[in-house]
Amino acid sequence: MYEHDVIVVGAGGAGLRAAIAAQEEGADVAIVTKLHPVRSHTGAAEGGINAALREGDSWKDHAYDTMKGSDYLGDAPAVETLCKESPRETMQLEHWGMAFSRDEDGRVSQRPFGGLSFPRTTYAGAETGHQLLHTMYEQLVKRGIEVYDEWYATRLAVSDEERPEDRRCHGVVAYDIQSGEIAGFRARKGVVLATGGPGQVYDHTTNAVSNTGDGVAMAYRAGAPIEDMEFIQFHPTTLPSTGVLISEGVRGEGGILYNENGERFMYEHGYANNAGELASRDVVSRAELTEVNQGRGIEDEYVHLDMRHLGEERIIDRLENILHLAEDFEGVDGLEEPMPVKPGQHYAMGGVETDENGETCITGLYAAGECACASVHGANRLGGNALPELIVFGKRAGQHAAGRDLGTARIETGKRGEYEVGEVDTPVQPGEVGGPGDVAADGGTAPDGGATAELTPDECVERAVTDERTRVDALMSREGTNHATIRAKVQKSMTRFVNVFREEDGLKQALRDIREAREAYQDVAVSDPSRTFNTDLIQTIETRNILDLAEAITLGALVRDEFRGAHWRAEHQERKDENWLKHTMLSWNEGTPEVWFRPVILEGEDKTYEPKIRSY
Amino acid sequence: MSTQVPETQEAEPEAEEQAPSKGDQRRAERRRKAAAREQERQEEAAERAKEAEDTVELKVFRYDPEVPEKEKPRFDSFHVPFEKGMTVLDALMYARDTYDSSLTFRHSCRQAICGSDALFVNGRQRLGCKTQLSDLDEPVRVEPLPHQEVVKDLVVDMEHFYDQMEAVEPYFQTNELPDGELDEQRQTRENREKIKMSTRCIWCGACMSSCNIAAGDNQYLGPAAINKAYRFAMDEREGEDIKQQRLEIIEQEHGVWRCQTQFSCTEVCPKDIPLTEHIQELKREAVKNNLKFW
Repeated sequence: MYEHDVIVVGAGGAGLRAAIAAQEEGADVAIVTKLHPVRSHTGAAEGGINAALREGDSWKDHAYDTMKGSDYLGDAPAVETLCKESPRETMQLEHWGMAFSRDEDGRVSQRPFGGLSFPRTTYAGAETGHQLLHTMYEQLVKRGIEVYDEWYATRLAVSDEERPEDRRCHGVVAYDIQSGEIAGFRARKGVVLATGGPGQVYDHTTNAVSNTGDGVAMAYRAGAPIEDMEFIQFHPTTLPSTGVLISEGVRGEGGILYNENGERFMYEHGYANNAGELASRDVVSRAELTEVNQGRGIEDEYVHLDMRHLGEERIIDRLENILHLAEDFEGVDGLEEPMPVKPGQHYAMGGVETDENGETCITGLYAAGECACASVHGANRLGGNALPELIVFGKRAGQHAAGRDLGTARIETGKRGEYEVGEVDTPVQPGEVGGPGDVAADGGTAPDGGATAELTPDECVERAVTDERTRVDALMSREGTNHATIRAKVQKSMTRFVNVFREEDGLKQALRDIREAREAYQDVAVSDPSRTFNTDLIQTIETRNILDLAEAITLGALVRDEFRGAHWRAEHQERKDENWLKHTMLSWNEGTPEVWFRPVILEGEDKTYEPKIRSY
Repeated sequence: MSTQVPETQEAEPEAEEQAPSKGDQRRAERRRKAAAREQERQEEAAERAKEAEDTVELKVFRYDPEVPEKEKPRFDSFHVPFEKGMTVLDALMYARDTYDSSLTFRHSCRQAICGSDALFVNGRQRLGCKTQLSDLDEPVRVEPLPHQEVVKDLVVDMEHFYDQMEAVEPYFQTNELPDGELDEQRQTRENREKIKMSTRCIWCGACMSSCNIAAGDNQYLGPAAINKAYRFAMDEREGEDIKQQRLEIIEQEHGVWRCQTQFSCTEVCPKDIPLTEHIQELKREAVKNNLKFW
């Protein structure tokens, strides 16, 4: 067994920032990651970091834009924390040497982004995430923080009191990809999940292949509620063939969207008469798909994004990376031709429920970054708000896990305070379908059904290791279906039925498909017998996570019968503030997802954010 | 070469020691059927691929130290239906998901930024995800990066590469931070432009693998690490004293002077970083630096 004060799972922006913060608090910290840190998906972020740095801007304006962008489903204490701390954290990156783009006077550049009332997006060309990831990894090397790279964390070690609020996380179980060793990692003080988003739930996504929502699924099965899973952001400009992202920076710099008739449809068809191409992402995604559905799409599939008029000099200066992407992945020269674009899955607003200190309702378990829901993005994330989320909440989670007092959080986690029990009418019984080696309860219940609250922390981790070895042995020793078939089935169904436009019948069909995939997963088997770098095994374990999260997203989408932010419902074409100023919560209750709700917190530090019509 | 399909799975499950319960029998039966369906699916896919008008043949290096049949390195052929825009990585994924789930390679972002899938394709170091099949001659030969130890199939051990990267103190160092925590260090646009290309390195290791000198001298820092040193040495925000220290690192016996300007690193870099030029510039800096003391 390995032992550290703080174990951080995942080494993207949030994980690296958490590890640095924990170490600065004096903790012995280690990172467990299934990739090497520089391979993390944060590197693919292009646009920038929103931070109120300049005269004429203020964190309050940033908070207002974020609350409006969230369609009033962000929790004000988390949003205000984000906006207040982002400037200092962004400058911290600069002090660590990050190569931001520069103004003539040598200060960092800022540019306009969708949904922002001030050009406050700080950037490094169209490769901000790459620069941020490498800058933080450099600081990790400088500090000599231990990294277990290519170790895949597959299960949390959590005590099994009946109420999740009484449980405690003692560590994780991880699998050494190179050698096949399964080992326990005991965390004396805390575990920080920073495993990123679940983009692979969909088959057209900007997310990396490794983004399978592992942390969210693990925490969910260990009893931590997951929040607002139905809110999936579709980015309006992804390349049709691959899902590769074309930064919002292109529209920020003045790029224009055209339909097949050459109409600037954002204005000409009235989707956003003020902001046009710079309306919020959900608005632009729906506009594009409406054009396609009404027969004005190109090849019935996509629209054009044109940046030629910006001129070569400006494009090379600020968007050079986009030229390479368009050429390498679509064969289009962005200087000569418009680029084909269509919406693609991009970001999950929902995730593991945390407070503004990154803490979940399970003592010692934290989450930060895309795998967490604090919630700062509510029903829709503004471009440029994901990277500040990583550094602000990564830092706070790391500090708190290491024992620093950050004050009492205003957001309550778990079933505490005010909440309401929900119901959802499903065509099939959702949740677990029993099977050998299943992970119905990651550390939830003892195998003999007895209470194990008496276990020492070491025994708790050991028990989780034993359970995980049993699961892996079962997967490897039997014969059956390959995970790839199951994964593809779920991805296709999600892309068809739980996409930008959602209808009740489609959502129910998706639940049926997921149920079928669950049944097929009972027979899933790993055919590669090797213990060395067995990617077949890794993907089989990931597929289980994809199943649980696909179901959570669909259940949330079915229960929320309104239209808010990124969540559009055919039968419910309005925002219903009287019923729905609340978060959709899901708890994994011995294998059955349980739906409940918690009111959104609109009261900020010195003002209440009154819901207004969200127009751009 | 015929299409690679996995070895025939045993039709009969192994006899069980104890009398199985009905539930066990049902489960075993279900699993047997699932296995048969899987087998059928793979065979059908292989047939389809053969019949498809446009297929590409991949010859892929295989090696697994743990599996007796694969201990001896060999090449397997896979026939993959071709679609416009398909990359080497797409083809590998198709082969893995359709024919042989044990086929092993690293990949993640599939957009040339994570640096995981540097491979030796038709005799040259390339990223699988940004190499279009249509640009390659058939059969497409896919091998692990040369001069690195093979872990399994196309996966190489990157530890030595990471060690060399970390040997150059690859982190920003300065004693001259501004007083206010919200004040940035100013950097001119020209200076940012100067270091820009060097900051684009994605640690894929293609350059190191292509370098003859690195192949012969295990201690040579190599093009990627020296480029990393360049990124900091040329950043005006770091002070003169630290620049001195950086030049000492790159001037060491196995540093910049080993480079023989063969340009292979520059040729294979998927991010177009002028690596050889950066190494030469550091050589010049080193000379200027020494002159000061004479």
